Amino acid sequence: MQKIGVFVCHCGSNIAATVDVKKVVEMAAKEQGVFHAEDYPYMCSEAGQSRIAAAVKEKGLTGIVVCSCSPRMHEATFRKAAERAGINPYMVEIANIREHCSWIHKDMTEATEKAVILMRAAVAKVHLNAPLMAGESRVTKRALVIGGGIAGIQTAIDIADAGYKVDIVEKTPSIGGRMSQLDKTFPTLDCSACILTPKMVEAASHENITIHTWSEVEKVSGFVGNFTVDIRKKARYVNMDKCTGCGVCQEKCPSKKPLNEFNRGLNTRTAIYTPFAQAIPNVPVIDANSCIKLKTGKCGICEKFCQVGAIDYTQKDEIITEQYGAIVVATGFDTIKLDKYGEYAYNESKDVITSLELERIMNAAGPTKGHLERLSDGKAPKEIVFIQCVGSRCSDDRGKPYCSKICCMYTAKHAMLIRDKYPDTNVTVFYIDVRTPGKNFDEFYRRAVEDYGVHYIKGQVGKVMPQADGSLLVQGVDLLDNKQILKKADMVVLATAIEPNPDVRKIATMLTASIDTNNFLTEAHPKLRPVESPTAGVFLSGVCQGPKDIPETVAQAGAAAVKVIGLLAKDKLKTNPCTAKSDELLCNGCSQCANVCPYGAITYEEKLINDHGIRRTSRVAVVNGALCQGCGACTVTCPSGAMDLQGFSNRQILAEVDAICR
Amino acid sequence: MKYSYYPGCTLRNKAKDLDLYARKCAVALGFELEELTDWQCCGGVYPLGSDEIASKLPSVRALNDAKQKGQDLVAVCSACYHVLKRVNDDMANVADIQTRANNYMALEEPYKGETAVLHFLEVLRDRVGFEELKKKVVNPLTGRKIGAYYGCLLLRPSDVMAFDDPENPTILEDFIRALGATPVVYPYRNECCGGYISLKEPNLAASMCDKITSSAAGFEADCLVTACPLCKYNLNKSGKLPIVYFTELLAEALGVKEGDK
Repeated sequence: MQKIGVFVCHCGSNIAATVDVKKVVEMAAKEQGVFHAEDYPYMCSEAGQSRIAAAVKEKGLTGIVVCSCSPRMHEATFRKAAERAGINPYMVEIANIREHCSWIHKDMTEATEKAVILMRAAVAKVHLNAPLMAGESRVTKRALVIGGGIAGIQTAIDIADAGYKVDIVEKTPSIGGRMSQLDKTFPTLDCSACILTPKMVEAASHENITIHTWSEVEKVSGFVGNFTVDIRKKARYVNMDKCTGCGVCQEKCPSKKPLNEFNRGLNTRTAIYTPFAQAIPNVPVIDANSCIKLKTGKCGICEKFCQVGAIDYTQKDEIITEQYGAIVVATGFDTIKLDKYGEYAYNESKDVITSLELERIMNAAGPTKGHLERLSDGKAPKEIVFIQCVGSRCSDDRGKPYCSKICCMYTAKHAMLIRDKYPDTNVTVFYIDVRTPGKNFDEFYRRAVEDYGVHYIKGQVGKVMPQADGSLLVQGVDLLDNKQILKKADMVVLATAIEPNPDVRKIATMLTASIDTNNFLTEAHPKLRPVESPTAGVFLSGVCQGPKDIPETVAQAGAAAVKVIGLLAKDKLKTNPCTAKSDELLCNGCSQCANVCPYGAITYEEKLINDHGIRRTSRVAVVNGALCQGCGACTVTCPSGAMDLQGFSNRQILAEVDAICR
Repeated sequence: MKYSYYPGCTLRNKAKDLDLYARKCAVALGFELEELTDWQCCGGVYPLGSDEIASKLPSVRALNDAKQKGQDLVAVCSACYHVLKRVNDDMANVADIQTRANNYMALEEPYKGETAVLHFLEVLRDRVGFEELKKKVVNPLTGRKIGAYYGCLLLRPSDVMAFDDPENPTILEDFIRALGATPVVYPYRNECCGGYISLKEPNLAASMCDKITSSAAGFEADCLVTACPLCKYNLNKSGKLPIVYFTELLAEALGVKEGDK
């Protein structure tokens, strides 16, 4: 028989305004085994916690129920308070009467009734709680960063500088990511490559960093501190140790048709290629889908011209397995597809382009060598119209409901750069709102308007119409003037919404990290734990968590690194004792539990069982407590009821249900 | 294959060609259009009011007749097709309209939007198939450059009409291609001709139609093809390009245009 204390929190008015806390205390006092019940405005405060300690001491309590907020918020707080008062922390139960009750109800009578029921369920459970002891597990002092853009690079450098080993896995042939495709950066207009390349070199030459480009994460198992990861190193068909990066192979390659992904498909590349001149590593890959030799067996020109014999058509994909203590996701973004936005004629006209395409056109290494020209006829555009929020802040299912955050600033940047370099070109921007919060951001936008004469029109564009003479007619509305506008343009640039890299779903599934409805990775707490995933040991860096510009990305990358360093600095981690346990007397070794276990924590052993004096050898399930994450899948699968979850046993859960239905 | 056929009033006078060639082509393509015995005017724009019941009833009657026969209901006129499909959607999804219309109709079994409404073009695309149509063409319209004019009624509201992509439709272009001609894509092909505004403000309708025909002419179309009598009426006034019904082109290509007209 437990001696239970019930502590009801007001949470200021968060709970007390909707739930009659005095009534809950009164009802708690009537419950069997409750020796103490009280309420307090802030139970989580120092004073609240000492009231719990005092009651434990005075009444000799063995179990505690705290009626308060979600256990995600303060379970750890109250467990520590109990431990300090001399009770096993797992003898504490939280009845969530805030998120599950006061916040979602309006009527005080009903809410109070529900709070009492939740309290009763928790009391019933504590009666069956048993002290549990946390185990320990070792920490592998090596981190994995998935994605080699500016987010991944910065996280890796920061972790490596602290003295820990880091591996970067990058899907494309080079690190650098989206930032390497940008021409200039706002609000300073410095050259993107000039500030990125030193970072890339630093990462590549760092003694603690290993970079796997042209590689993808294939499989992840294990848990915080002890992840095992399979990495697929895709066949490069070029020996990385031999290649000197001279580039002759790329000059000679006769397969010149594949679209150049780095230039957003605006021009073509060869089948053997490095995506851009500053690529790291400066070793090309062969695109097997367009290589004549790999497709037909004939050609082999690159092999003939390679002076160091680095070409190797026999290479195969290779899977390497590595151990990590922490994993950082830095998978970045792409722009959305515009198929559902037929009104902008993106597919019909070569002169309707996305902002990222314009970025490549403005770049000296881009398809037009940095000359601003129409892709249809190579002429210099004299009238350019920018359309903002294409697919962002969208209320139907064609686009995204969120603000992509970076578009207002890069559009102002493009407009200003064009007006500066081509003063006889007119620039018009259609916008819904101009959003420029950020250091020196609004000043930047105002410079575009005031100093560079960029014509901003508040209103959206309904249709872009390619004309017979090759120009574009833009039909829009000026909301401030309340007028329809028909504007002739030579080029239209769409500020296309950004979305998380499509691969993130696959990666999130492997990591059991959660994603939101827009495929952004969910943070453990939107305000207080913004760089951690709810899955222990998985951290978030950059746009995979939400739209961000470069400074924000770098800041978050550093924050993620600090969290990783904090984890890797520990030699051992306390493990969760709420793991599954098999009753050997009931287990018949059917293997169903092992089949459903997502963590591979269940194995089978032949064991000598003493069944009430009868000795027999039996095949029974054994749970590895270090691997078990306490998900409970095995307990509901077990046909003989042998498997139980410690801290959440079948009896405890049924006792809660009984109490609710009483 | 037998379909219930709803011609509509305009097809009995101003737009006789649209109707005649549709029937001839159906025969040539091997499906049957069985005209509903007592159809009435679809009501034009009036049934589209959400507080209108009486003007929706002719559509409900036609839809229910097709249901009784177990046939899909085919229309050729864009406006009739639009009204039938919108009313059918209301009957399936708007409880208030469904109840009130059925109260008026007093049918043995209430009508709840069971009938599938098809435009003749949809029959060509989804039932006959443009590949199959291509095989039956005897006079390919080779060398002719034809602009498709969709107007609004076939395409919008796109969630109800579900006819084609409202911004970049392709069904008429595919149709033109199947007949051996070259489709001319011009940006005004899904812009409004002005509709009934031509009665009240003829100048406004004229300027709207002028944009459409000028744009198509600019892209070197020889003629425009439409499925809507009102669009044809309005566009004809601009006089820049010949406007033809799609069924007329189809009849020409299938070799059934001349004869017992």
